[in-house]
Amino acid sequence: MDLSPLYISVKTALLATGLTFFLGVYAARYAQKLGRWQGVVDGVLTLPLVLPPTVIGFFLLLFLGRNSFCGRFLQYFNMNLVFSWEATVVAASVVAFPLVYRTARGAFEQVDENCIYAARTLGMSENEIFWRIIMPLARPGIVAGTILAFARALGEFGATIMLAGNIPGKTQTMATAVYSAVQAGDQETAFLWAAVIMVLAFLIVGVLNYWPESYYMQGRRRRHAGG
Amino acid sequence: MLEVDIKVKRQDFSLVANFTAGQEVLGILGASGCGKSLTLKCIAGIETPDFGKIILDGRVLFDSEAGINLPPQLRRVGYLFQDYALFPHMTVRENLAVGIRDQDKELQLKNLVESFYLSGLEQRYPSELSGGQQQRTALARIFGSKPELLLLDEPLTALDDYLKSQVAAELAALLQKYSRTTLFVSHSRDEIYRFCDKIAVLADGELEPVRLKTAVFENPQTLAASRLTGCKNHSRLGQGRPGKVTALDWGGIELVVKCKLPALYAGIRAHDITLAEKLCADNIYEFEVVRVLEEVFSFVLLVRRPGFAGEDLRVEGPKEVWQDYAVAGKRVYLQLPPGKIFFLDA
Repeated sequence: MDLSPLYISVKTALLATGLTFFLGVYAARYAQKLGRWQGVVDGVLTLPLVLPPTVIGFFLLLFLGRNSFCGRFLQYFNMNLVFSWEATVVAASVVAFPLVYRTARGAFEQVDENCIYAARTLGMSENEIFWRIIMPLARPGIVAGTILAFARALGEFGATIMLAGNIPGKTQTMATAVYSAVQAGDQETAFLWAAVIMVLAFLIVGVLNYWPESYYMQGRRRRHAGG
Repeated sequence: MLEVDIKVKRQDFSLVANFTAGQEVLGILGASGCGKSLTLKCIAGIETPDFGKIILDGRVLFDSEAGINLPPQLRRVGYLFQDYALFPHMTVRENLAVGIRDQDKELQLKNLVESFYLSGLEQRYPSELSGGQQQRTALARIFGSKPELLLLDEPLTALDDYLKSQVAAELAALLQKYSRTTLFVSHSRDEIYRFCDKIAVLADGELEPVRLKTAVFENPQTLAASRLTGCKNHSRLGQGRPGKVTALDWGGIELVVKCKLPALYAGIRAHDITLAEKLCADNIYEFEVVRVLEEVFSFVLLVRRPGFAGEDLRVEGPKEVWQDYAVAGKRVYLQLPPGKIFFLDA
């Protein structure tokens, strides 16, 4: 039994989640500050959530393929992205990005403006305000978005198979392994990967339900229980 | 000394505020949505005015011509928000520590906790505090940052009646000790009257001149100020016989004029209208009681001239005085004492 799809999937999903976390939170913070162009930027950044993954894969091939500008640039350094393991990360990241971006944005908008104003009048720098006020208050939303992004990255199929292909031991993830197994009529393997994916899915849902509770919400609950 | 002269334009709203305040509590009295908070936010640097100047003790905080606009962090202005804006994820102690910028943080924390009666609450989260404790925490946090100006935005509105009087007493004591400029913004004439030395009325985005609080309540001068100080009865005025004007909305009764004219409106407080025996003095007319409202210690009578439509006059007084007249349909002679009538501009 070749376990490489599990490793590749988890490795890809973790790396993609890390990337989308930083990019998504950063984008959410700066999208808030854009004036007139906010709508356009918001649309573009949300697009991967709405488009079919195959279309995203197609666009990624156009942008990163051998004949594209980026592809030629990479070839100059003797690198090639298409059909490489890194391509699975790129595909998963692009598809998962809007989940972090949107939830983070929503979470930032929920933060009480007066808290931010109060922090300013008390002399906190903008940087300090972001890390000590905005991020902690937005934490439940951001954590939820990040877990969703991980789940999405783990289950990524369409864009991955277009950009990275389905090469066993190299770019074959669990999702694409199920596809290959069904194509080859190997029911047993298909069931196995389906089972692994379901177990992981349950774990993610469990974490999603219990983790984002922060300490001050626990405090609030304690008070309600007591009063 | 705070000098403010600003103009702010927003899509559907504009604000003009021009005033100075010394070492005193200056009250800004206005209805909700009239621009009170916006004024404070401009002074604190949270909002930016379009034109003008804000100068605090000679320090220029904002000057549109010179292109100066200090960020809120450098203004040293303490702002007490209506909802206190405590950081919900920080304990009382952590909240207080945010404002303290000096070296001896521990000592200052200790002092703040003691002087604001927060001992034993240091490790609690804001959601675990009562309304009064939350306000003390917010004030302590502000004082930890050593503000040179204090802005209070409806400081008592978030409290229920039971807590209000106690917290108000604490706040009054605190303001007396803090001998710097304080702006106290409220829609409540009672709060403003209790806390402030001087008052400026803010109506429709325009700040009226600062006056002594007694002067404002005795002679509001404008219709908006009269309403905000709690006067319930207003009427448009028309021409009358020499020395008199006609109150158009009060059934066309003629009023003796004892102050400057022309004025557009007349107003009289509900408790200033008195019972009269006969038509033997100025401004006595017969009225009909339309409706009676019984309050805890007083009757409120809504009366009008018999046979006239228009606005009802509201008369209020102690129960024992008005008992016999507190019946709908009853006729009664009332005097609108000439000295108690306000003559108002728009």
